[in-house]
Amino acid sequence: MKFGVVVFPGSNCDLDAYHMIQDVLQQPVEYLWHQEEKIAGFDCLILPGGFSYGDYLRCGAIARFSPVMKSVVDFARQGGLVIGICNGFQILVEAGLLPGALYRNTCLQFRCQDTYLKVENYDTPFTRAIPRERVLKIPIAHGEGNYYVDPETLQQLKKNGQIIFRYATAEGEVTPAANPNGSVENIAGVCNERKNVLGMMPHPERAGEPALGSADGKLIFTSILKYWEGCRS
Amino acid sequence: MLKAQIKVLLKKSVLDPQGQAVEKSLSSLGYHNINHVRIGKYLEVTLEETDRAAAEAQVREMCARLLTNPVIEDYTFELVEVEQ
Repeated sequence: MKFGVVVFPGSNCDLDAYHMIQDVLQQPVEYLWHQEEKIAGFDCLILPGGFSYGDYLRCGAIARFSPVMKSVVDFARQGGLVIGICNGFQILVEAGLLPGALYRNTCLQFRCQDTYLKVENYDTPFTRAIPRERVLKIPIAHGEGNYYVDPETLQQLKKNGQIIFRYATAEGEVTPAANPNGSVENIAGVCNERKNVLGMMPHPERAGEPALGSADGKLIFTSILKYWEGCRS
Repeated sequence: MLKAQIKVLLKKSVLDPQGQAVEKSLSSLGYHNINHVRIGKYLEVTLEETDRAAAEAQVREMCARLLTNPVIEDYTFELVEVEQ
């Protein structure tokens, strides 16, 4: 299964994502510079974290018009797997591939800490290999990860099972205290309706090995690989 | 030439954490009659355009596509004449 890691000017988790795929998941992976207009031969695209274009105007607002994004949007519309992490999530909402918006944390602080995630839908390419009831320990590092969605769209997300992760306690309880950034209903990650595009603020690529404090992030990439293998067999 | 003076604010339905922090700060300075603070952005875009209707349509298009995020932000703007 071949992965592509899109690199924007200002991306800074591209190496972590590359390491996760190459060394932890042990699958082929290539970087894709933001100026590439044609991308071919990839099975999953990763939009990594960072500060693309210095977060000017709004996080992700300028990156979404990078030449590579037209191909990313086409790839996603054809059902290709896309995962946006942190700044990658911000780019996906700005590009309209995912609903809602991400803005300033209510605490006004940059939050860099471990979070615990409750998995809300196991029936997606990104979550199917996660053991049931397992609460994922995955870190966040962002100042603008406050997920907003209007009440009507929120109902749609619930109805379609598009809410994938919520911030929770270590025991898996979704509480206001476990919400690090003010996100509506503790939302940490959402999918599109078709479930082939995932955006999440926590960084699974930084939590793929026990030496990093948690290997839970690897489960998301293992899920992607299993899904892909399932599609081929 | 025309200059668009664009004001961008978070929608009323969207919580403004910066505004709230400033509101509390003003109150702690002794300004007890502060009702509400909202913080936004101000943008100036100069257009090589003399036709106001065309400029207006272009500003709206630019706001919808890039300058604002319609999911969380509202905007207003004025067009003023400027020297070359």
